[in-house]
Amino acid sequence: MVSITVNLISGRTIQQGVAIESGKEKPSYREAAGIIEMDPSDLKKLGAWKNTNVRVSSDYGSVIVKAIEATQGPHPGLAFIPMGPWANQIVNPNTYSTGMPTFKGTPVKVEVSPNEKVLLGVELVQKSCFGDSS
Amino acid sequence: MSKKITDVICPFCGTLCDDIEVLVSDDGKKILEVYNACVIGTEKFMHSGAKDRITRPRMRQADGSWKEVSYDEAADYAAQVLAKAKKPLMYGWSSTNCEAQSMGNEIAEVARACVDNTAAVCHGTTLIAVQDIGLPSCTLGEIKNRADRVIFWGCNPAHAHPRHMSRYSIFPRGFFTVKGQMSRKLVVVDPRVTDTARMADVHLQVAQGQDYELLCALRVALKKEWLPDTVAGVPKEKIYEVAEILKSGRFGIIFFGMGVTQSLGKNHNIDEAIALTKDLNEYTKYSIMPMRGHYNVTGSGEVLAWQFGFPYSVDLTRGFPRYNPGDSSSIDLLNRGEIDAAFVIGSDPGAHFPISAVKHLAHVPLVCVDPHITPTSGVSKLHVPVAFNGVETGGSCYRMDNVPIDGRKVVDAPEGMLSDEEFLVMVRDRLKKIKGVA
Repeated sequence: MVSITVNLISGRTIQQGVAIESGKEKPSYREAAGIIEMDPSDLKKLGAWKNTNVRVSSDYGSVIVKAIEATQGPHPGLAFIPMGPWANQIVNPNTYSTGMPTFKGTPVKVEVSPNEKVLLGVELVQKSCFGDSS
Repeated sequence: MSKKITDVICPFCGTLCDDIEVLVSDDGKKILEVYNACVIGTEKFMHSGAKDRITRPRMRQADGSWKEVSYDEAADYAAQVLAKAKKPLMYGWSSTNCEAQSMGNEIAEVARACVDNTAAVCHGTTLIAVQDIGLPSCTLGEIKNRADRVIFWGCNPAHAHPRHMSRYSIFPRGFFTVKGQMSRKLVVVDPRVTDTARMADVHLQVAQGQDYELLCALRVALKKEWLPDTVAGVPKEKIYEVAEILKSGRFGIIFFGMGVTQSLGKNHNIDEAIALTKDLNEYTKYSIMPMRGHYNVTGSGEVLAWQFGFPYSVDLTRGFPRYNPGDSSSIDLLNRGEIDAAFVIGSDPGAHFPISAVKHLAHVPLVCVDPHITPTSGVSKLHVPVAFNGVETGGSCYRMDNVPIDGRKVVDAPEGMLSDEEFLVMVRDRLKKIKGVA
């Protein structure tokens, strides 16, 4: 399986902002924040079509999200997951004594994973915390 | 007949737009239309009328299902949790009003809790930098009327503060900026070509995480000293060009956001940005301002600072306030597993903390006070829905430039629902009784 390594950042998008106000339990939140924005050149390297589910893994965890083409690019080598539970499965939680986790600049591995589904926001966090029993 | 309420404050982001108009039904119970707000603000007002809204507190049962309880039972449970805990964390506070924050601080003092607000995951490092070297700042009104050089560094207001640019920083015509956008030069520094960057006169596409280097290079370029061919992925010619643009203005403002506070370097990035502002004041007038996110995160910092002396990460476990980010900050407390109970209000750490911290939060008695269903409420033991602040209850809040503004109530909360402050008063009274405090 082909995999590529990119530098991950997270942050606000206006779609994410609207989705958190309209209900984080709803599929619209997943549409807005359960994605990874990748540069077209990186998608090509990965051999993935747009809108394919991918597994993104770092030293701190792993998550399934939908790969879409960068909306605010080009930014080859850089990937973006909107702030939220999906990004937070894999960001670097170390604060280096500042109190602030390192939300931007986590090296991650991306691989195509078309048969796995992207979980809903609340469901994802419950599953990470309590396992499948929740 | 419907009626229009004018001069409403938007309770979404730190811009606190104060020109919102809301059309409400005659009985004052339903919002029909929202004018002037951005798409996020509109959604916030409209969502208060959602049919599937939770209106009563609920406790999670052993099998994972929810059982409805009364506000009295909820307050009893919350008070007992806080009373029993050795080191409870009281986190959030940024989407509630100053009155509730003050009440929360009173509870925290009795409970000997750690109190922290969402600066923990947004501008906490800014607060450290401000304590290091100060912050030459101004109000948004001054920017609207005077600023002819505007820099957005590591922030994307087109997405995060949608009306900031039209109300204050780029488009409005002010007293000395009569031509609006034509009067201003816009510089954006961001590793992505963001929607804000697309509007810029100059976009510096900095290599991610190298903001410190670029800030240093700009300070060098101001003095026309030597630079290597590229710094942080930006050619030196462009850096010299931006330095000249910045120097040639009459009044400049540097806005900065998560791009610098959350990348490696953290508070030192901000130190350097403030030092750049200081250097620019050798040539002309410059100010710097953090782009605060939650509508009243600034207020929480203010209330904590005037009551305990520190703006976030306050540890009251010894009965007096201590402050040591990295030690007393929420993420570190949770990552080290030091917390034995948590009370979360007006924020959603379940969604916005790294999962390692959330896992610990989920395994202690967790009380979540929030009108929405969120990942935090999803892993809490007790979920207390309350009235929407700024929509169903008013109260003071602080804009990102530290200007206090009185929020407005536009509709009634669903019958029988309490506000944050009312629920906190119930918890305080019960906690004081258990602890035997007068």
